[in-house]
Amino acid sequence: MSVLIYIDHADGQVKKVSHEALSYGAALAKAIGTTAEGLVLGKTSGDLAVLGIYGITKVHQVTHANLDQVDAQVFAALIADAAIAVNASVVIFSNNINGKAIAPRVSVRLKAGLVSGAVSLPDLTNGFVVRKSVFSGKAFARVEINTPIKVIAVNPNAYPVHTLEGQAEVVALDLQPRDSRIKVTATNKISGKVPLSEADLVVSAGRGLKGPENWGMVEELAELLGAATACSRPVADAHWRPHHEHVGQTGLAIAPNLYIAIGISGAIQHLAGVNRSKVIVVINKDPEAPFFKAADYGIVGDAFEVVPKIITAVRKLKGIA
Amino acid sequence: MKILVSISKTPDTTAKIAFTDNNTKFATDGVQWIINPYDEWYALVRAIELKEKDPSVSVHLINVGGADAEPILRKALALGGDEAIRVNTEGNDSYYIASQIAFVAKEGTYDLVLTGKETIDFNGSSIGGMLAEMLDLPFVSLATSLEISGITATVKREIEGGEESIHADLPLVVSCQKGMAEARIPNMRGIMSARTKPLKVVEPVAAENLTSIKSFELPPAKAGVKLVSADDAGELVRLLHEEAKSF
Ligand SMILES: Cc1cc2nc3c(=O)[nH]c(=O)nc-3n(C[C@H](O)[C@H](O)[C@H](O)COP(=O)(O)OP(=O)(O)OC[C@H]3O[C@@H](n4cnc5c(N)ncnc54)[C@H](O)[C@@H]3O)c2cc1C
Repeated sequence: MSVLIYIDHADGQVKKVSHEALSYGAALAKAIGTTAEGLVLGKTSGDLAVLGIYGITKVHQVTHANLDQVDAQVFAALIADAAIAVNASVVIFSNNINGKAIAPRVSVRLKAGLVSGAVSLPDLTNGFVVRKSVFSGKAFARVEINTPIKVIAVNPNAYPVHTLEGQAEVVALDLQPRDSRIKVTATNKISGKVPLSEADLVVSAGRGLKGPENWGMVEELAELLGAATACSRPVADAHWRPHHEHVGQTGLAIAPNLYIAIGISGAIQHLAGVNRSKVIVVINKDPEAPFFKAADYGIVGDAFEVVPKIITAVRKLKGIA
Repeated sequence: MKILVSISKTPDTTAKIAFTDNNTKFATDGVQWIINPYDEWYALVRAIELKEKDPSVSVHLINVGGADAEPILRKALALGGDEAIRVNTEGNDSYYIASQIAFVAKEGTYDLVLTGKETIDFNGSSIGGMLAEMLDLPFVSLATSLEISGITATVKREIEGGEESIHADLPLVVSCQKGMAEARIPNMRGIMSARTKPLKVVEPVAAENLTSIKSFELPPAKAGVKLVSADDAGELVRLLHEEAKSF
């Protein structure tokens, strides 16, 4: 028996969300008295043995040229085969973009019940019950998995990374990927910016900013903090900001450590995408704005006066003239 | 070309989230039901756009649910679907639901199956992937655009920090999100014609439930907002740095 954790990577680097998944898998393995092992598909740069610090004993790796592009069908077949090869009783994913595409397929291949969007370790006192986020962050469900093998996709930024001393043994796994039936023809990355879905800090603004020409201060604050920028839906719909910045019920759902909302009213559909943020700061000139009810910190004031003052204070804190 | 679009019934985005029966059931009193926005705005509208370009395309809708899902299926027909199929069963295990859709999809030999990226109630984002595996088809998730030319689909999908373009031959399963299409409102003609469009009810096939919901809980209430004076933005930065340790 073992707990197998799928390790996602991009540009040769293991993703931060996989560090979380590894920590989660290691803690679960400890609770059920077995070992945690990782699985890497494709080539990475750097030594995978260091992943032992997250509490795993082995990293299995399949290196094959066909694995340079992520095809959920090809990846799921390999992960299911690997799960059988290492006799895994639980397979863990991060519930990120790739995890969402691959985990459901692995669930079907192994006929293993899936809980996606898990936010805490399984409760083992009575069966195998996993808490997951539902109703767009407005509630949690406790879901029991009824199958011998289980698949869990852990929400990004829901489980803290733990490290200890240790090295993992890196083992080449001899599995042959099947041919992919899709072809990636182009990749377009917005370079030099923190991707919103992975950002720890997010500075977001809404219709209160009046027009796209006023986003300079939002970008400046974000850059100072190393934050990603986001916006409310009407702002994206009006093309003041690109669509990929739209957060909320119908846009991206994020869970950063800090979400700063400037000139956003806090409509329920907006909150649905940001309510899992650890700390919410609201800057709004209307003291009755609903967002204040969901906020941890707030300033009632005109964004055009307040934000420049915040920028000055952050510069001072960081020792930037 | 035959397109199958999954249509899920979800509470309205402003619905109050509360639970009954010892926190085991969603409290449906006074709740308005809508088509899951991702299914409607993105998957369904894109399917209808493809049909408008090529009248030989037919768009079928599938819902796994009770008779109370029929009003939203009629709305989806009013938007431009040709025919709706309701699998007469309820459930919230995604494997069970996907098994039902997979059966209908196989029987109907569809070229393209479109789903929303997730439902706004269970947020599983797993039906599309499960379905694709059951049908042994490729799956492109989180698609932001879809073009069909002959038997080849060109799909753009979200990746972390950007976008990827993908070519794949039909048949194919695609989960749809923002960018794919713009929301529409049904017009009078659509509403009238929806009344006479076929809405077939079929009985479920045998399939297992691999998971079951034990209970629900609401998150603890926020402690309340700490307000800082607009003249003292420095204090906010200090609190975020020292108290919240956000940066
Ligand atoms: C089905 C559905 C799905 C939706 N999905 C989403 C979604 O995913 N994401 C989303 O964001 N919305 C979504 N919406 C829309 C949502 O209901 C709101 O309309 C939207 O979030 C409002 O955006 P806003 O806060 O930027 O603008 P507004 O509501 O116009 O609010 C602007 C705010 O700025 C403040 N303000 C104005 N001037 C200043 C100033 N100088 N300084 C400081 N504050 C100022 C005002 O007091 C106000 O609170 C959805 C709606 C529906 C029906």
